[in-house]
Amino acid sequence: MLLITCPVCNVTADETEFHCGGEAHIKRPASSDPANVSERAQYEYLYVRNNPRGMHREMWLCSRGCGKWFYAMRDTLTLQFHAFYGITDSPPPLPDGNGTGSGS
Amino acid sequence: MQRFSIFSLVRNSLSYHKNWQEHWRSPEPKPEYDVVVIGAGGHGLATAYYLAKEHGVKNVCVLDKGWLGGGNTGRNTTIIRSNYLQDESTAIYELARSLYEGLSHELNYNVMFSPRGLINVCVTEHEMRAFQRIAFANKLAGIESRMISPGEIQKLVPIIDSSSNARYPLLGGLYQPRGGTARHDAIAWGYARGADNLGVDIVQNCAVTGIMRNRGKVVGVQTQKGEIRAKKVAFVVAGNTSVLTDMAGFRVPLESVSLQALVSEPIKPILDVVVMAGTVHGYVSQSDKGELVIGGGADGYNNYAQRGSITQWEHTVRALVEMFPAFGRLKMMRHWGGIVDMTGDRSPIIGMTPVKDLYLNCGWGTGGFKSIPGSGFVFADTIANGRPHPIAAPFGMDRFREGRLIDESSAAGVAH
Repeated sequence: MLLITCPVCNVTADETEFHCGGEAHIKRPASSDPANVSERAQYEYLYVRNNPRGMHREMWLCSRGCGKWFYAMRDTLTLQFHAFYGITDSPPPLPDGNGTGSGS
Repeated sequence: MQRFSIFSLVRNSLSYHKNWQEHWRSPEPKPEYDVVVIGAGGHGLATAYYLAKEHGVKNVCVLDKGWLGGGNTGRNTTIIRSNYLQDESTAIYELARSLYEGLSHELNYNVMFSPRGLINVCVTEHEMRAFQRIAFANKLAGIESRMISPGEIQKLVPIIDSSSNARYPLLGGLYQPRGGTARHDAIAWGYARGADNLGVDIVQNCAVTGIMRNRGKVVGVQTQKGEIRAKKVAFVVAGNTSVLTDMAGFRVPLESVSLQALVSEPIKPILDVVVMAGTVHGYVSQSDKGELVIGGGADGYNNYAQRGSITQWEHTVRALVEMFPAFGRLKMMRHWGGIVDMTGDRSPIIGMTPVKDLYLNCGWGTGGFKSIPGSGFVFADTIANGRPHPIAAPFGMDRFREGRLIDESSAAGVAH
């Protein structure tokens, strides 16, 4: 059971109170240049994900609480959270050694 | 290879079974191979076996970072079925299921394939429509599969709660009479023994630390036991695929999550079919030991920790005790997780990669075990001939870029 702290409403609760939205900081190619989205860029946006055995930046929704999205940095091998941060905050740097795995 | 038969059993009983040959050797890796398969699970070992047997490629090495069959091959709920929706899927899953039928004979190894019948129980109107559609698709694909009524389900599964006030109303089910289970470890051991006998080296406890490339072509792998050069390399590592493709310098459309299962204490025979209930995320069968083997859901976040979590098994057990009130007092013995690699369309990736002579077989998600023989068969053909086997061809990674997905997310659900 993951224990998660929402940086918006500061509630700490079980993972069942939240919903994970997958990898964070993915840019939608059509948002910056809708007329020139290559097949490859759209493919990477829709399907390709960083899938590290180690530190992972991801989106979470405080679904049973304040209803806001926020970001987290979590080690996918130890399941330990290293940071929770708001959607306007810049991502914190990866810790030394980049967690337990290869990371990316 | 010592063959197993009633006569060898009697002969060995005279020496108190102390003189049986080892199932496979434990060789040191050679400096070079024609093919290096990374991952000694069911899919990797089946690939090596069919490479040697069907294509005469015997200078093959199978590497594993842990022990043989210690990943998802040893962690699944052993369900075998082929009642999928899309033509591409039914082709490969039915190939696998039909190979399971003769596998004990083929490998001279009892894999305990038990085509005991499998029911996908429907508890909502939506499921009834979806499964009716699958039943029609299966009929067109020549797979024996049909819708059955609540009365027929009751006959097959007398302990299911079919009362009018059941929490999950029993509306009907999709029945595949030749679906069932097999002994998961025996699949890995049988293929390992068969491949070893044909000259394949199986090297356990030897993690791959790097992929050697030269001008866009793979030339070998770096391992804990030194460099191994190879003409061709195949990744068959399920949940750890992204870790290897990061080393090889390309990205894949995969996310790794933990899929969980649990077993109860052993009880007397009570359930002689496989029952799956997709909407409530529960599927169950009874092993020959008497334990109920129960499959649960997948975590909703990326996960490489091979362990279970209370959230998931509570969710699964809650549904099962409603459906089978008799299970309410059972104690659960063990629970665990295996790391599965999920694609966007819930169908596997089989074929070539951006790196020349590097082949990929991954993305089986929650449905790897049932497909082992078919996956190994078409993947060996793909590697040996340097082009996708006709059944594997639709499963190339380029389908995501080209937008021709093989959508099994509704037909497969979690209970893949």
